[in-house]
Amino acid sequence: MKRWPRLAALLATGALVAACGAGEEREEAPSEGSTVGVTDDSITIGAHFPLTGVAAPGYSEIPSGHQAYYDFVNANGGVHGREIEFIVRDDAYNPTNTSQVTNELVLSDEIFAMVAGLGTPTHSAVVDFLNGEKVPDLFVSSGSLQWGDAPEEKPYTFGWQPDYEIEGKIIGQWVAENRPDAKVGLFLQDDDFGRDGEKGARQFLDEQIVEVQRYQSGNTDIAPQIAALRASGADLILGFNVPSYTALSQLAALRLNYKPTWFYSNVGSDPALVGSLLARFSEGAVADGTRLLDGVLTTEYIPGVDVPDDPWMQLWQRVWDEHGGEGELTNYRVYGMSQAYTFVQALQAAGEDLTREGIVAAIEEHGSGFEGPGLAPFRFSEDSHLGISGMQVVEIRGGVGEELTPVLVTDIGDAPIEEDDSAAGDAPPDSGIPDQPAG
Amino acid sequence: MSAETSETSVPAPAPAPPARRRSLVDRVLGRSTLRRHLTLAVLALLVVVVVLESTGPFRNAQFASMAYYGIAGAGLTILLGLNGQISLGHGAFMAIGAYTAALLLQGDDPLPLPVILLGAALVTLVAGAVVGVAAARLHGPYLAGATLALAVAVPGIPLYFSEALGGEQGLNVRVPDIPPWFADAVFFVTGQDMSRSRYLGYLGWFCLLVTFVLLANLARGRVGRTWRAVRDNEVAAELAGIDLGRARVLAFVVSATCAGLAGGLLALSARIAAPSGFTLTLSLLLLSAIVLGGLGTLTGALLGAAMLTFVPQLVTGLGQDLGLSDVRSAELAPLSYGLVTMLVVLFAPAGIVGGVRAAVARRRAKSSGTT
Repeated sequence: MKRWPRLAALLATGALVAACGAGEEREEAPSEGSTVGVTDDSITIGAHFPLTGVAAPGYSEIPSGHQAYYDFVNANGGVHGREIEFIVRDDAYNPTNTSQVTNELVLSDEIFAMVAGLGTPTHSAVVDFLNGEKVPDLFVSSGSLQWGDAPEEKPYTFGWQPDYEIEGKIIGQWVAENRPDAKVGLFLQDDDFGRDGEKGARQFLDEQIVEVQRYQSGNTDIAPQIAALRASGADLILGFNVPSYTALSQLAALRLNYKPTWFYSNVGSDPALVGSLLARFSEGAVADGTRLLDGVLTTEYIPGVDVPDDPWMQLWQRVWDEHGGEGELTNYRVYGMSQAYTFVQALQAAGEDLTREGIVAAIEEHGSGFEGPGLAPFRFSEDSHLGISGMQVVEIRGGVGEELTPVLVTDIGDAPIEEDDSAAGDAPPDSGIPDQPAG
Repeated sequence: MSAETSETSVPAPAPAPPARRRSLVDRVLGRSTLRRHLTLAVLALLVVVVVLESTGPFRNAQFASMAYYGIAGAGLTILLGLNGQISLGHGAFMAIGAYTAALLLQGDDPLPLPVILLGAALVTLVAGAVVGVAAARLHGPYLAGATLALAVAVPGIPLYFSEALGGEQGLNVRVPDIPPWFADAVFFVTGQDMSRSRYLGYLGWFCLLVTFVLLANLARGRVGRTWRAVRDNEVAAELAGIDLGRARVLAFVVSATCAGLAGGLLALSARIAAPSGFTLTLSLLLLSAIVLGGLGTLTGALLGAAMLTFVPQLVTGLGQDLGLSDVRSAELAPLSYGLVTMLVVLFAPAGIVGGVRAAVARRRAKSSGTT
């Protein structure tokens, strides 16, 4: 008997909750451009970076480069009167975390755009979400093809650095022309990075490749792979690997007394970082790591700290001296500043009435004309969201890259490789802030 | 482990509450265990609706993560707190659930979500049974070692079968569209449009409530008694006619199934199943979360899940407000988590729930002593 009042109370509560509802009318969202994250005097952007964990050395410096350049721009009046606020969140290079921090950036911090989110596995966890929420996803810090080869599927995502396929093509062609007798071994990270690079290199080197070895990121014992490369008789190793594996492969080869010519992709070749990693991994046995890298071949697509007299480097040094945090200017900070420079150009091109849709359209329309630190122009258009279109081959001597070729420009697929120094001569404006006319 | 937790049960009715209090609780919740749990679940569902509807999309997403941590933690706390078996491999079971869900969600026309989550739980159930049979023969450090190996080995599987399982980059997961009837029903009640993160929040918490009701009933019933008997004294349990191996395997299977369901939800929330999401750290975090919350109690698992979800983000935000650099404030999160763990272990060795319960018992003993 006593049950009924309780049941009635429950039902009544339920009914009350239901009655508080609004019925079935729904509003349609307005269809004009989205201005989330934009006010009259500020633009809020964000990104995910590995600030802690295994991938943090090096990569955690990129956002400090961004921050320094935005501080520099803000101190000079911002873009169209708006100051840029840059929020960095740590994902520790774990895709699950990337998802969570991206939720926070988009849903809680309400960023206008994601700028330079780092990593292939990490960023691929959020790329669909960002496009679904129509958040511009600009200048991803990774050279995977997927950021730009299908703009109809990911209309809001743009790459920035040269993708790994064109890097593979340029490296492949150079080796085929300059070392036609070399037996080539590939040392690849087992993901898009290694796969895209191999695809490019095989266009020119299919006949010359004698062995392919892959490593899983996180597994630090790569002696078997290096031993297999040695056993195959390869005398030129192309490495599509990250910096820590450059150091590991050098140490493993030292131990085996294996001395091929090494050709590392741009990602894995920063002499300063690899040098310090070599010293650390070998517990001091290799004291002068940078010398170990003498004669190593690699590629470059933006000027770095090895050319302090380059006008771009002088600008970055000035920005870092005025607005940088702790530490020296490194190639990772230069990378961040170079991306930040492109983002400021995109903001300028999008004009005063900034919307998410507007900036995407502006990059598609004007991006290929952005003059910046890149040695080659961007490929941005309606049909391609891939970034910088080329690079040059260099040889490392005493921690400095010596040019072996002019800038080589190409595109994915069968596009020919051509010499094109047109963008390499771009110099920064005296103010240090781009002057991109509004679309 | 068993000595400290022998008094805790799921969900814990206070030991010998005063007569007036009991009658009030009984009047609201009913006397039978099943009804009590169901009523609690319905009340909790109301709270969930209110909380999810009154918070923004980001909090909704956080609640969704709290739900999957809560489910995995609940499974682990049952295994460890009630049956006395340790598992350092629950992250691996979550991986199995996540990959199952991710595989089932590939293609343009995936099965309905409940089927997919059920599938994730079932596949993990099978894996749990296989591991459980082996685990039932092991004790203490040997069991810890074996499950540790599992946690290390399972993330390697997708790397080996990288064609089918996506390798290092993992499988991307596209959350299916929200069923219109569900969106309409919620809109009718609350007047708010259903966002994706809120949908995942509802999904997660619905699964959590179902899991908790099932686990609570299991723990309060015959099966739970058997588990506790095996935990407290194997010889006595065997003399009482309990098949030790069967009890252990069953506990392991139930626990792994929870982890599988949690993994499926994780894949949906994180929109990806990738090996780097299921490192040993995840297993250890789960373990530390339930120890923090209070071993053997579902409330404790929920508290631990809340800490896993909210502490890093709150502390990082605090660090940034204090003017620390991004890198420094990011480093605060693991630091604070370690500090909280140390503090709890020092001052409330039975976890937060255990500590609160002990304090309440002490106060009650005091007040009954004076009157």
